[in-house]
Amino acid sequence: MKRDRLRDHIVLILGAILMMGPIIVAFTTSTFDPVEIHREGMKLGWGGNFLETYKEVLFQKGGFSGEVTGALMTMNSLILGIGFAVGKIVVSMLAAYAIVYFRFPLGSFFFWVIFSTLLLPLEVRILPSYEVVQQLGLLNTYTGLILPLIASATGTFYFRQFFRSVPDELLEAARIDGAGPLRFFIDFLVPLSRTMIAAIFIIMFVVGWNQYLWPILITTDEHYFTLVRGIKQVLQTYIGANIPDYNEALAMAILAMLPPGLVVIVFQRMFIKGLVESEK
Amino acid sequence: MKSAQFDSRFGPYLLLLPQMAVISIFFLWPAAEAVWASFFLEDPFFGTRVFVGLENYVTALTSDDYARAAWFTVIFTAVVTLATLGIGMWLAVAADNVLRGNNTYKTLLMWVYAIAPPVAGLIGVMLFDQHIGPLVDFVALFGHEMQVGVSWWDTAIAMMIVASWKQIPYTFIFVLSGLQSIPNSVREAAAIDCRSSIRRFWTVIFPLLAPTTFFLMIVNITYALFETFGIIDLMVKGEPGNNPKTLVYKVYLDGFRGNDLGGSSAQSVILMILVLALTIVQFRLIERRIHYS
Repeated sequence: MKRDRLRDHIVLILGAILMMGPIIVAFTTSTFDPVEIHREGMKLGWGGNFLETYKEVLFQKGGFSGEVTGALMTMNSLILGIGFAVGKIVVSMLAAYAIVYFRFPLGSFFFWVIFSTLLLPLEVRILPSYEVVQQLGLLNTYTGLILPLIASATGTFYFRQFFRSVPDELLEAARIDGAGPLRFFIDFLVPLSRTMIAAIFIIMFVVGWNQYLWPILITTDEHYFTLVRGIKQVLQTYIGANIPDYNEALAMAILAMLPPGLVVIVFQRMFIKGLVESEK
Repeated sequence: MKSAQFDSRFGPYLLLLPQMAVISIFFLWPAAEAVWASFFLEDPFFGTRVFVGLENYVTALTSDDYARAAWFTVIFTAVVTLATLGIGMWLAVAADNVLRGNNTYKTLLMWVYAIAPPVAGLIGVMLFDQHIGPLVDFVALFGHEMQVGVSWWDTAIAMMIVASWKQIPYTFIFVLSGLQSIPNSVREAAAIDCRSSIRRFWTVIFPLLAPTTFFLMIVNITYALFETFGIIDLMVKGEPGNNPKTLVYKVYLDGFRGNDLGGSSAQSVILMILVLALTIVQFRLIERRIHYS
């Protein structure tokens, strides 16, 4: 038994090195001077250029991505992450409420239409989706960035599942108290779903923040770049340069992973709960 | 369905309106458009369309480039799916056995979940960089000089490593929560029956995890097919030319760089059929899914 325990710890430590090693090397390397990195390779240790590099990436104009700063991109990422999460929660809660709590002739038809969106990820319909957004004049807008991403039913399913698990007695009791559909939703269902909402918010925030394909298609104006979108720009300057700004490229990568990473770690319990339950 | 429901004439439609509007405009319309466009040949400069029937499909399916991408997609998906499942499961089993320190390990092993694929791709580009990449140095110890972005196989292998790395936490989280829902009585009974922990895993625990494993397999296949876009896009370093590419990446290249609307749409439709098949398999599995709560 003891030997087994030791073996488990060794496996886990190796696993932790495998998973965190690249991140740590990326971070430590970003604190060095590019010339030194170019000469000696990626480095562990403390290079002492931390403040300088990150200040430059966050606030200096005219870095590798033209005139947009890291701070602005962080802003855009937050708008995308939060907008996506909130939009998805609102839209899907309303739809799930209709499907579960109302009797109406087209109920199951709508259910199947919503269901069908699970079948086709955005990646297989990018070109026509792009054309639709273009025709609507939504290129380089937050609306065009966020709305099309909401068109998938994962959230609706999640809330449908949850609403169905709410005991029927609750509705009956609410009705005796004279609550109508709106009252019941606001005063009973929403407070009851609080932890569910929080859990799905965390997941959706991470998903939204990490969007890449859609933003590279529809944001060509740098003012709408998100951090993750900016990574593509970073690479482009990286390829052309004689001695690329490795440190700044890595600093961007670290900035882009920090907020979603922190959210996942800080709300770990809720995150796991939301992830495991929403996928069932 | 609920036994207690509201009756309202307009209420439910009003509630469904936002969702249906978004779905119709940004999902149904584009999906129909993709199917429609796949039967036409479009001239990007003059905007004229000629109906060509199934020609786009035939061209796509018989081209060498498509065959190469399909071949790479199959290998890539198989390797990523299996590597992710294997490593993720192994780590989850170890974490489940360890009581103290469990949470620290969990945190360290989960962090990568939050990283966007292109960010993982950029770090991959650096780690496999000819000049500064420590992994290139490491491989050089075995007498091979890795040239990611130049050599097809080196690039392919680097992509598989980065893509698997990025997906391990997901598998880890699901297997661990699956393991933790196995009742103690079952574990104790298993401990009495077989002494060897490895045998115990394969004969008792693994069969109990079968539904989770199937589910993860489908999810990981979907991940390898679609969500690795960012990793591929970064790791080809802007020169897709002779580098390995997945089918999804090719849809993007042909559509946006090659301006081949019909061809790209036909490829989209082929992928849609593939996803449809995967989803059907997934739902059949979920129906049979066993719950231990």
